Amino acid sequence: MTTATISTTVSKRPRHVARSLLRRPASAAAIGFVALLVFLAIAGPLVSPHDPETQDLGNRFAGLSSTHLLGTDEFGRDVASRIIQATRIAIVAPLIAVGVGLLIGLPLGLWAGLRRGAVDAIAGRLADTILSLPALVGALAIVAVLGPGLVNAMLAVGIIFSPGLFRVVRGATLSVAEETFVDSAEAIGSSTRRTLWVHILPNIAAPLLVQVTILMGVALLAEASLSFIGLGVQPPDASWGSMLKSAYNNQFESPFSVVPSGIAMVLTVLAFNTIGDSIRDAVGLRRRT
Amino acid sequence: MWIEVVGGSRHVPAPGSFVSAHRWTEVTVSARMVLRRLGGGLLVLWLVSILTFLLVQLIPGDPAEVIAGENATVEEVARIRTELGLGQPVLEQYLNWFSGILRGDLGDSLFTNRSVATTIAEAAPPTVVITTMAILVAVVIGVTAGIAAGLTQGSWIDRAVSAAATLGIAMPSFWLAMVLVSVFALTNPWLPATGYVDVRSGFGVWLSHVILPSTALGLATAAELARHTRGCVADVLTRPYVRTARARGASGVWLIRRHILRNAAIPVVTVLGLQTGRLLGGAIVVEAVFGISGLGSLAINSVLQRDYPMIQGYVLFSAVVVVAINLIVDLAYGWINPKVRTA
Repeated sequence: MTTATISTTVSKRPRHVARSLLRRPASAAAIGFVALLVFLAIAGPLVSPHDPETQDLGNRFAGLSSTHLLGTDEFGRDVASRIIQATRIAIVAPLIAVGVGLLIGLPLGLWAGLRRGAVDAIAGRLADTILSLPALVGALAIVAVLGPGLVNAMLAVGIIFSPGLFRVVRGATLSVAEETFVDSAEAIGSSTRRTLWVHILPNIAAPLLVQVTILMGVALLAEASLSFIGLGVQPPDASWGSMLKSAYNNQFESPFSVVPSGIAMVLTVLAFNTIGDSIRDAVGLRRRT
Repeated sequence: MWIEVVGGSRHVPAPGSFVSAHRWTEVTVSARMVLRRLGGGLLVLWLVSILTFLLVQLIPGDPAEVIAGENATVEEVARIRTELGLGQPVLEQYLNWFSGILRGDLGDSLFTNRSVATTIAEAAPPTVVITTMAILVAVVIGVTAGIAAGLTQGSWIDRAVSAAATLGIAMPSFWLAMVLVSVFALTNPWLPATGYVDVRSGFGVWLSHVILPSTALGLATAAELARHTRGCVADVLTRPYVRTARARGASGVWLIRRHILRNAAIPVVTVLGLQTGRLLGGAIVVEAVFGISGLGSLAINSVLQRDYPMIQGYVLFSAVVVVAINLIVDLAYGWINPKVRTA
């Protein structure tokens, strides 16, 4: 991030924001938790207590014990190891969705905010239209076209995210575009692309980052919902959502099995929301109340 | 409806007087606002119809072959192609399809051959009931908790409500549904774990089937409502008129009824409008957990079977519901808060 631009808007130095995030217990814990997830996603096989695929049919639905910290599932596989294995999808799936959303929403939002005109009018209408659909309904419709599967499901969620991101980026760009430094840059011949990426983007980074962090949690919930109804992750891959699905199928035999993957998911969403809210507070944006 | 309210019967001015003229302008302005909102809503729905239509066109490859599946015979593929009118030029296809929609004809299911509109109408009741009950649960719990927290800022109640709300927002409704089933239906066999029964088979039976799904669906909205209501109450309490009322010795109950509830109604209505989509989406998964055959399971099955006319019908139907609710919300603002009537 460049600090060469002189801004009179709310944006504070990134280092300042980071320090303030780490100073608060709640956001520090949330950042620590997400860091742990990233670590598990990368180094999972090295630290997981058992092989997540090994079946032990004589030992189905075992309770909590020192060998199986979170018990075993319907095939006698170690639940703790499977949750660790699934962190990979828990991190990658939201990244795909948010990445696709940004790929569509960011350039359009920047352009529409700075230049208005036809791009703004058309993209704005399109955004209204997509936002008039319930998010999950829209995602279902797109999955119907693309076909089921994790990547397709997250592409669909990303497309559904794009109008929201477009609006956030456009709104923030509109206010930054009023600033003198944007006029000065354009006056000395900065191209539109340069104005957008070098002068405007760093100054709208804060609201964008807040939105992106919160969408990570939303994307995880969407992945879980879609995997639960069978349109996301396909077996033999497992995500927390698809683990919940098999826990649900065996709920009569083992009511406890819905707890571990559910808690993992709630904690992760909670962590993303906490980080998002804390960045918002740290940069002095209005809370979403 | 509130056009009459705006006109009001508080003053009965002489015909032709200034007040009457003023009143007339106010009525036309709000009527114009209603029309503008209605027009905006219809425009969005028309755009939704285009996107929905394009769904089939966007299927990679030959849509008829994809829909028919891998083992389909040539005749089947041909049948689907004619049924969806895929042979014609795209514009003609759209116009045919759109004129059908305007007549209430959403086409026929590719699998049951029954009318999409009828199938949706038949599947709607359980979803409507559960969503409505979820809103009820959300309003009762959310507003109560929000007011309690707002009135006792900084207390343990406030902190508990805020913690519960944060948790409630992070919890997926279908997981909550499974936990509720685990606790209230499996571990303690108090309520049925699955299914939906019509209210005609008895209120008690009906309620026992509805209570868990609507709670699961409504709690996230309740959390959202609690946050907004708390913020609103906290804000109202700082207003001079509330301080004056308190100084005059107004009782707490009077204060809540006269000032707080009225002001809290605005965020409640706003949040409910914004949450309609979330509730409709959440219903899909919650219905799956409880094995309720409503719109949600219809949607899931249609996607799994690639029953495109059904998917299109469902998407359009959801958009109509969301647009209609938002229109009602817009009108409700005018009714609750006279300040926005002419805005």
